[in-house]
Amino acid sequence: MSEPRSAPPKPLPQPEPLAKPYWDSLNDGAMQLQRCASCEKFVFYPRAMCPHCGSRDLQWQRVSGRGKLHTFCIPHRHPSPAFQPDLPYVVAQVELDEGVRMMTNLVGVDPDPAKLMPLIDKPVEVVYEKASDQITLPKFRPV
Amino acid sequence: MPNPLSGRAAIVGVAESDQIGQVPDKSAIQLHAEAALNALDDAGLQLSDVDAVFTAGFSTPEVAEYLGVVPRYTDNTSVGGSSFVIHVGHAANAIANGLCSVALITHGESGRSRVGMRSITPQPNTIPGQYEAPWGMPSPVGAYAMACTRHMHQYGTTKEQLAEIAVATRKWASMNPKAYMRDPIEIADVLSSRMICWPFNLLDCCLVTDAGGAVVLTSLERARDLKQKPVKVMGWGEAHDHQLISQMPNLTAGPAQYSGKRAFEMAGVSHSDIDVAEIYDSFTYTVLLTLEDLGFCKKGEGGAFVSGQRTAPGGPFPMNTHGGGLSYTHPGMYGIFAVMEGTRQLRHDYEGTPRQVQDAEIGVVHGTGGVLSATGTIILARD
Repeated sequence: MSEPRSAPPKPLPQPEPLAKPYWDSLNDGAMQLQRCASCEKFVFYPRAMCPHCGSRDLQWQRVSGRGKLHTFCIPHRHPSPAFQPDLPYVVAQVELDEGVRMMTNLVGVDPDPAKLMPLIDKPVEVVYEKASDQITLPKFRPV
Repeated sequence: MPNPLSGRAAIVGVAESDQIGQVPDKSAIQLHAEAALNALDDAGLQLSDVDAVFTAGFSTPEVAEYLGVVPRYTDNTSVGGSSFVIHVGHAANAIANGLCSVALITHGESGRSRVGMRSITPQPNTIPGQYEAPWGMPSPVGAYAMACTRHMHQYGTTKEQLAEIAVATRKWASMNPKAYMRDPIEIADVLSSRMICWPFNLLDCCLVTDAGGAVVLTSLERARDLKQKPVKVMGWGEAHDHQLISQMPNLTAGPAQYSGKRAFEMAGVSHSDIDVAEIYDSFTYTVLLTLEDLGFCKKGEGGAFVSGQRTAPGGPFPMNTHGGGLSYTHPGMYGIFAVMEGTRQLRHDYEGTPRQVQDAEIGVVHGTGGVLSATGTIILARD
């Protein structure tokens, strides 16, 4: 019997300078997103300009952390050994109440399509998961 | 009034690399070169005739240097597997405008053996590195799977309907000696194959092979003096509406809705004119979505459209007649192989065999790249 090998670390983001307020807000457990001062739409992912109207005037604003499950998949294989010990798990897209969509994991649920399909378009809320000293990842759970 | 660029250029040569499938002793760029020489042979042209180079994956200077070509026209449009379909439109445009004479489009990937391939892992300070990679979505399969899940939710599309595509495509592959997977399968086999990423089982997913492909175009006038029956490029369209799957505006309607409309309008043909369709099948859902977006059926009715083996040999909608990316070959960016098969069907290369779509005059070829991100649609016609 060989000792179980520990999985290599998962890939973590290295925030670009512009996006620091977003990642800081996650570390603080109070998500902020950019909002366009011109057309008032929320913007995700963080950018130098509003993709809706072209304005450069984006301001950070605290958001609810609530939204709806938009879709999901359940990986049973992954090329990276970092994720293999967790298989199967739920990768999801959540549409926040502020109108933007993001990649995430749905947590606190079984990776069972029969249980997950009825959750689509149903409410979810953010869970702040500390991944390292520098990075907190936003994940979501059903409300 | 017909589009002045329509039908002015023609595909005159198509070919695979010397071997496809498992080719562990050849690098990706070698597969480019073999396919290029084979396609020129098919056309009855020489490397010295080539004055325009198109490729993706590698840079055009890399490929042109390897081949010993100094082009006067270069196009490195790289939008995943749709690139090579888009290159056909770009080449036809350049030829029709007198900017080049003989256009060579090459592809080569050691997708299975990974000889001479670059890494595709995103850096952690890029957009995908920050906003997608940390959540463990296996790419690209997870992206297509999530889009498919949404379609199932919105329209009631079933895994059985998706499996119809895999089964019909395998029937075509059984008639293609170059196909990687040729044994017949049934819907139950698809549903019981290993789960890769729900809702996709193994047989919902394309192959991962080693292969190269190439396509040669020239003016219709010159094409008529060459070896093969010319296949005219009647119309083309291209589009992309996202890069990350989490930013796709609508997971159940992709950029094919734009590229398809443009291609059909330019060619001046309607859906009922299409005799044969070669539709990028990275996953079963890719096909189902594309058929809807191209307008062969209404939105949400893709499942019904492919049911009852309608795309199989003998069915009313012959599609992916070489076995597609699901059963023939798929090294990573498959689009060029769809162009090649559409051309061969319209040349009647398979005359006298059941693989030939009888009296095929007009065909549609469609490529999808990235994660449903970019599409190219072309309409081809037998001269």
